[in-house]
Amino acid sequence: MALRMWASSTANALKISCASKPYLSLSRCFSTVLDGLKYAESHEWVKHEGSVATIGITDHAQDHLGEVVFVELPEPGGSVSKGKGFGAVESVKATSDVNSPISGEIVEVNSKLSEAPGLINSSPYEEGWMIKVKPSSSSELESLMGSKEYTKFCEEEDASH
Amino acid sequence: MNLMRFKGLPILKQLHIEEQLLRTSSENWCIINDGTNDPTIVMGVSGKPAELLEIESVLRDQVPVIRRFTGGGTVIVDPGTIFVTFICNKEAVPDLQPYPRPIMSWSSSLYSKVFQGIGDFHLRENDYVFGNHKFGGNAQSITKTKWIHHTSFLWDFDVRNMAYLKLPKRAPAYRSARGHLDFICRLKDYMSRSTFIDKTVEAARTQFLLRSFELGTIENCSETEFRPSTRFLTNEELEAAAVAGQ
Repeated sequence: MALRMWASSTANALKISCASKPYLSLSRCFSTVLDGLKYAESHEWVKHEGSVATIGITDHAQDHLGEVVFVELPEPGGSVSKGKGFGAVESVKATSDVNSPISGEIVEVNSKLSEAPGLINSSPYEEGWMIKVKPSSSSELESLMGSKEYTKFCEEEDASH
Repeated sequence: MNLMRFKGLPILKQLHIEEQLLRTSSENWCIINDGTNDPTIVMGVSGKPAELLEIESVLRDQVPVIRRFTGGGTVIVDPGTIFVTFICNKEAVPDLQPYPRPIMSWSSSLYSKVFQGIGDFHLRENDYVFGNHKFGGNAQSITKTKWIHHTSFLWDFDVRNMAYLKLPKRAPAYRSARGHLDFICRLKDYMSRSTFIDKTVEAARTQFLLRSFELGTIENCSETEFRPSTRFLTNEELEAAAVAGQ
C-alpha cells in the first residue's frame, strides 16, 4: 500500500515549509506493481492471455481513491476504445472515470463488484478485475507501459505533486 | 476561470450545466447558485432510494428526487441552500493530485479564507463544519482530464424537509448517530448570504483570474449533443424501489 503523508507532517519531518499549499499530498509509490501486466498513464492495468485481455485499476489508483463503495460497469457485448471511459468507481464523495487502455469488444464483466466493490481495494489485480475484452489491436497493447516504466511513472507523478 | 452566478436556478438545470461543462468544456469554471427554487431531494450517483428516503412521504408530498452525476450522499435543497461549484482542468491548481482527498483538502483551504476567524470552521472527514455541526456537503466527479467539486451550503433550511431523509447507513464517524437536527447547523447564524458569496468569489480570485460569464453564451455556443446522466427519478421508480427495498 502506498505510504501517504500529509504535507504538514512531512514538512515537520523534512523541516521544510509548505504552509502555503496545505492540500499537498506527499506520497511515495510503495504500491504494488505486478510484472507481466501492461499499464496506462491513467492507472489501469491490462493482462493479456490468449485472445482475452483483463482490465482493472492499479494498486496505486485504488490507494489514492480510497474505499470504493460503488462500481459502474458496462454490459458485455459492448465495446471499449483506447483512452475512453468505460465505467466509474465511487469512493469517498467522488466518482472517478475508469478508462480502457485498449480497444475491443467486452466479453465479460465482473459481476461480483456490484455486491463487493471493496474487492478493488483488497485485490486490485485479482478479484477486483473489472472487464474482459477481446482486443482489436495488438499494437495498442505494445504501446502501454511495462511494470518498471509504470513504477517510475508513479514515482515521478507523486514526486511532482 | 469563468464565473457564472445564478439566483434561484432550478437544481436540475444547474447540475445539467455542470455535467455538460465537465464533459465538454476545456475551460475552468466557478458556478454560484444563490438558492434553488423548489425543495428537491438530490441523491448521489449510487444512492438507493429505499435506504436514504422516506419514500412514502416523498411520494405523498410529490417531492422531486434527482440522481446526480457525482458521488456522495443525499441532500434536500431549497431556496435556503447556496451552491458553489469548481470545475477545473487537472493543471488548473499547481501541485494538486486529481484524487478525492487532495481536491477536498484544496477546497477546504479555499473556504478557510472565507471563514477565517468565524465559527471554528474546518473540514471534518468530508464535510464543512462549525465545531462538529455540518453546514456544507461536498461531492466530486473526476475524469481523465478534469474534476468537479461542488458543495451545497445550508445557509438556511426548513426543519420539516429533513423528515424526508432517513439516517444514512454510511455516515461519517463524527456524526455519532445524531439525528439531522442535532447534526447540521445554519450558515445564516454566522454570515449573511451576500457576505458569504462575496468572500467566496474573493477567495477564488486569490487563485484564479475570474471573468464573468453569462449562461446564454454557453447555450448559444453549444454544438455538442451531450446528454447528461443527472435526472429526476420517476414515481414508478420510487415505488418499485420501496417495494424492492432498494
